[in-house]
Amino acid sequence: MNNFSYIQANSAKEATGIRQATPQAAYIAGGTTLLDLMKAHLAEHPQLVDINALPFKGIEQTSDGLRIGAMERMSDVGEHPLVLQQYPAVSESLLLAASPQLRNMASIGGNILQRTRCGYFRDAAFPCNKRVPGSGCPALEGDNHNLAILGTSDACIATAYPGDLSVALAALDAVLTLENAKGKQRRVPVTEFYVLPGKTPQRETVLEPGELIVAVTIPAAAHARRSTYLKVRERASYAYALASAAVGLDVQGGIIRSARVALGGVGTKPWRSPEAEKVLTGAPATEATFRAAAAAALRGAQPRDDNRFKVELAQNTLVQALLKVA
Amino acid sequence: MDTEPKFFETNPTAGVVGQPLNRVDGRDKVMGRARYSAEFNNLPGLVHAVLKTSDVAKGRITGFDTTAAMKQPGVLAIITHQNLPKLAKTPNDAEGKKAIGAPMGYLPLTDDQIHYAGQPVAVVVADTLERAQYAAALLKVQVAAEKPLASYEDPRAQLFDPTKIQDGKAQAHVVRGNAQAAFAAAPIQLTHKYTHATNHHNPMEPGATTAHWEAPDRLTVYESTQGVTRTQKALSTMLGLATEQVRVVTKYLGGGFGCKGSCWPHTILTVQAAKFVGRPVKLALTRPQMFTSMGHREDQTQTLRLGATKEGKLTALIHEKTSTTSPWDNYAESNSKIVNMLYECPNFEASYQLARANVMTSTFTRAPGEAPGSFAIESSMDDLAYQLGIDPVEIRLLNYAEKDSSTGQPWSSKSLKQCYARGAELFGWSKRNPKAGATRNGRLLVGWGMATASYPVHNSQGTARARLYADGHAVVQSGATDLGTGTYTVMTQVAADALGLPVEKVRFELGDTKLPTAPNSGGSVAAGTVSSSVYMAVQDLWQKLIKVAVLDKKSPLYRAKLTDVEAKQGRLQLKADPKKGEDFAALMKRADMADVEGNGQGRYGSGYEDAQAAANADPAKKDEAAHHSMHSFGAHFCEVQVDPDLGTVRVTRWVSVHGAGRILNAKTARSQIIGGSVFGIGAALMEGTVRDQNLARYTNASLADYHIPVNADIPDMTVEFIEEHDPYINAMGVKGIGEISTVGVAAAVANAVFHATGKRVRELPITPDKILGTKSV
Repeated sequence: MNNFSYIQANSAKEATGIRQATPQAAYIAGGTTLLDLMKAHLAEHPQLVDINALPFKGIEQTSDGLRIGAMERMSDVGEHPLVLQQYPAVSESLLLAASPQLRNMASIGGNILQRTRCGYFRDAAFPCNKRVPGSGCPALEGDNHNLAILGTSDACIATAYPGDLSVALAALDAVLTLENAKGKQRRVPVTEFYVLPGKTPQRETVLEPGELIVAVTIPAAAHARRSTYLKVRERASYAYALASAAVGLDVQGGIIRSARVALGGVGTKPWRSPEAEKVLTGAPATEATFRAAAAAALRGAQPRDDNRFKVELAQNTLVQALLKVA
Repeated sequence: MDTEPKFFETNPTAGVVGQPLNRVDGRDKVMGRARYSAEFNNLPGLVHAVLKTSDVAKGRITGFDTTAAMKQPGVLAIITHQNLPKLAKTPNDAEGKKAIGAPMGYLPLTDDQIHYAGQPVAVVVADTLERAQYAAALLKVQVAAEKPLASYEDPRAQLFDPTKIQDGKAQAHVVRGNAQAAFAAAPIQLTHKYTHATNHHNPMEPGATTAHWEAPDRLTVYESTQGVTRTQKALSTMLGLATEQVRVVTKYLGGGFGCKGSCWPHTILTVQAAKFVGRPVKLALTRPQMFTSMGHREDQTQTLRLGATKEGKLTALIHEKTSTTSPWDNYAESNSKIVNMLYECPNFEASYQLARANVMTSTFTRAPGEAPGSFAIESSMDDLAYQLGIDPVEIRLLNYAEKDSSTGQPWSSKSLKQCYARGAELFGWSKRNPKAGATRNGRLLVGWGMATASYPVHNSQGTARARLYADGHAVVQSGATDLGTGTYTVMTQVAADALGLPVEKVRFELGDTKLPTAPNSGGSVAAGTVSSSVYMAVQDLWQKLIKVAVLDKKSPLYRAKLTDVEAKQGRLQLKADPKKGEDFAALMKRADMADVEGNGQGRYGSGYEDAQAAANADPAKKDEAAHHSMHSFGAHFCEVQVDPDLGTVRVTRWVSVHGAGRILNAKTARSQIIGGSVFGIGAALMEGTVRDQNLARYTNASLADYHIPVNADIPDMTVEFIEEHDPYINAMGVKGIGEISTVGVAAAVANAVFHATGKRVRELPITPDKILGTKSV
C-alpha cells in the first residue's frame, strides 16, 4: 500500500469539498473494500476522507418507504425489525453476505459500491479493461467460471457488483439519494445506478466524481413483504454468489398480482428482469409459471466455456426462490 | 545395552500417555507469548524485506529501473540477479540440487530468466515493512515476455516418461504379474479418468524467515519450516559454511501440510539480503505469494483400469497418471503406491507421464500420492460394488489384503476390518438403501458413501536428550517441529510416563538445530520417531542411574546385576523382586548428583532387533526376522445432502475410524483426524487453484477466491481409534496420524454424491457446475 494522508470529515459539505480539491482522494467508511484494493495496488489514493462521522444514519419509515442511511452497517440493517418484517429479501441478502466481522464494519453505501471479484481485475499483473482501459480482457478466453452471462460486452464480462444487497434493492425498486459538492441531492433508482460495461467497463455507476450516497429508500409493497433472497455458492458461507435471486410476489387467490425479480452473480450488474416479471404478473403462482419466468430471464444469456452452467443454475435458483414465496 | 525395553513393558498401566491432555503450549499461544518465526522483532537493527515477483510466466529480464524506489526514505537495498551475493552452491544443476536437498532445481535471482508467474525477481529491503512494500511497488522491472505453457492440458504440451518421479525417489514404472493380459481377460472391466485440481497448502502461518548473521561465519535463521535440520543442511550447503555454523530455530509453526517440508527460495534470498545489508532481515510471504513460493499439489489426471471377476474379486489394476511439472524437475506424487497395496490383486501396472510447464515445482502435500491415488481406486471400487450389486464395505472385505500385495510382506499390524465394522456401526451403515438416488430429505438428495484409508509408516530415525534433576524436574529435548498438532504435548506425556513424573515437572523443548537431531515433521513420522527417541533417552538415563546404584553400598540394589534391574515409574528395582529398590531421588541425593542425562535414538523397525539377533544366532529362526509392511489403516463414512437444482453438496455426517498404532493423546489425535478430514473435504468439494491457460498465472490466489471449508461446511465429526499394538515399528508402537486422515476422504464424499444422485463425479473439486444435470436420475 502506498502512503496516503487521512482526514476525518464532519459534514457532507466538508467531505465533498476535499474531494473537489483533491480529485484522486477517496471516501472511506468501513474500509472493507477500499483497503483491500489499495493493498493490492488496484486503487491508489493520496488521501482518504473518513466519512464515518457523517449524519447519514437511521432506519426510518417515510412516506416513500423505508429510508436507510448510507452509513448504517450491514449487520444493523440486516437485523433491524422493520427490514426483517417488510423487506425480508434485503435482510437475507445482507446476512448471507461476507462474515460477521465484515458485516459489522461495512457500510450500506460501501456495499453498494463494492468492486468485482473477477480474478483478472483483482490481480494487477493481469491485463484488465476495467482497471486499465484498452489493456484487454483475458477472462474472455480464460477462467470465467464465476463471471457474467448477462449484460456482457467484448470488453468485459465481470460481475461488476459481486455482492448481494444491491440485487435485493434492484428487485424492490429501491432509490438512492446522492449528494454532490454543491450540496445538491438527486434520486437515482438502483436499477439505473449501475451501468453496463459496453466499451467503457471502467465506468460502473452513474455516480459523479465526489458525489456521496446519502441514503437508500425502499418503497413499501406487498411483494416486498413477501420477498426472499436465495444465494448459491461453492461453500456454505463466506463466499460470493455463483448465482442468486431476489424475488418478491404478491399472490392473491393463487394469482400473482405483482412480481419483482432480480438476479445476482450472473449479470454485469444487479440484474432486474422485467421479462420474468412480465411472465409472472397475472399468471398462476405455479412451478410451471416460475419455470417460464426463469427461461425468460435467461433468454439473452451469453455464456462462455466455464460459466455455461450458470444458465441452468440461475434459472433453478430463480425457480426455487419463487417457490419459497409462492 | 542388550535387549531394549519397550514402552509397554516398562509402563504396563501407562499414566498420561493416551490421555486427552490439554496442549501444554495452548496457553502461550492464546496469550500471544508463543513466538513464531516472523516474531523475533527484538533482534538488533532488524529490517524488512519483501519480494518483488514476476507478472508474466515466461520471459527475460532486460533491465530494472530502481531510481524511484531507491530514493524512498528507509530503503536499504534492492537485490536482483545482478547483485545477489554469490553462493557456494545453487540447485541449478543436479549435483547442487542433490547436495542442498532443494525442492526445486532453480533458484530465482541467479540469472535473468523468468520461468513462472510469481517468480521472485528482486528483494527490496527497508527499515520498515511499509517502506519496503512501497519501494517494491515503485521498482520497475523490464521484461521481454514470451508465450508461456500453462499445463499438461495445453495442446502444445509435450508429454514424456520421467522414468523416475518424486525427484528420483520413486520408480515411474511398476509391473507386478501381467496386468494387461489379466485386464483383457477380466469379465468385469472398468476404465475411468480422474482429475484433480491444483491444490495449495495454505497453512495459517505463511512462509517466513528471519535471518541474523551474528558473525561472518555464524548465521541464525528463525524459519517457518517443518524441519530445522533439513533447512540447516540446505542453507549451509548453499552458503559454503560448515553445518554447525548455521543455526535454524522453529519454536512454533502455524501449520505446514508439506509446503514447509523443504527449503524454498525465499529463505536463502532473505539470508543473502541480510548479508547484503549487514543487518538482521525478516521476510514474510504475503498470502498471494503463498501460491507461488512453496509448491503445491500438481494438477493431474489419473486413468485407472480395473479388472475383476463376476464375483467382484480384483484381477488387474492398471494406473496411469499425467501431471504438470516445472521446467527443471520430474516431480509427481506417487499415486500408484496406494493403488498397488490397498487390496489383494495379483496383477498391477503403473506408469507416469509429465509435461513441463511454466509453473514452479510441485511438492508433497498432505498424503502426497495417497490422497489423489485413493480418490481413483476408492471411486472405482465403489463403481464395482454398484455394478455387481455388492455393498461397498462388502466389496472391500472381499478384496481384503491379508498381506501387502505390492511387496508380498505380511502386515506389522492391521485393524482395517475392525475399522470397517466399528465405522459402519457408528454410522448406521446397515440401514443404507442400496439403490442410488433413492433417498430424499425433502427436496434434497441424501447419499451415503465410504472409503478405505491407508498410509505407510515411513523409515525414519531421530535422537533426543533427557536430563533429570535430583529435585524431580526434567528437561527433554529433540530438534523436532511441532506443526501445531501437539508434538510439545505428546512428547511431554511420553517423557513424564517414562520418568515417572507428573507432566508439570517435565519440559519438552524442540525446534532448534542446537538440540539433538530429529527428522523432518513430514510423512507422519514425527510422533513415532520422536516419541521413541524420548523414550530411549530416558531409558539411557535410567541405565546410568542403575550403574550408580549397583556400586552404592547404601543402595538396596548394591551388587545387583545390571540386567536384573529395571526402572518403573521413577523407581529403580529388581525385576525379580520389585520391592527391592529405591526412588531415583534418594539415590541421586546420596550420590550428590545434581542431574543425570540420557541420550536416545528412536529407530524405525526397532522391533526387529531381538528377532534379528535371534536369527543371527540360529539360522532356523531367519523367518522370524523377516520384515513386515507397515501401514496405518482406516475407514471414512460420509453422508451428503445434494441440492439437485442448485448443485450444492453439503457433508452432513462424518465418521472416521482408524487403526494407527498407539495413540499418544486422545484429544490432539482426534483433532488431527478432524483436521485431515476437513482438508480432504476441501479437496473434494471446493479447493482448486485455477491457472489461466494462456498466461499461466493463477486467477484465484487469495483465500477469498481459493475456497477452503468454513465451519458451516463441516458437521460434527465422529472419530474413533481401534486400539492397536504394533511390536515392530518403533519403541513406542506409534504409526503417526498426520496424513491418513486425508486419504480416502475425497472418495468417501464422491461415493456419497453418487449414492445421492446416481451421478459419478470423477473431477475434483465437486462444485455445483459438476452436479447440475443430475435431476433426471
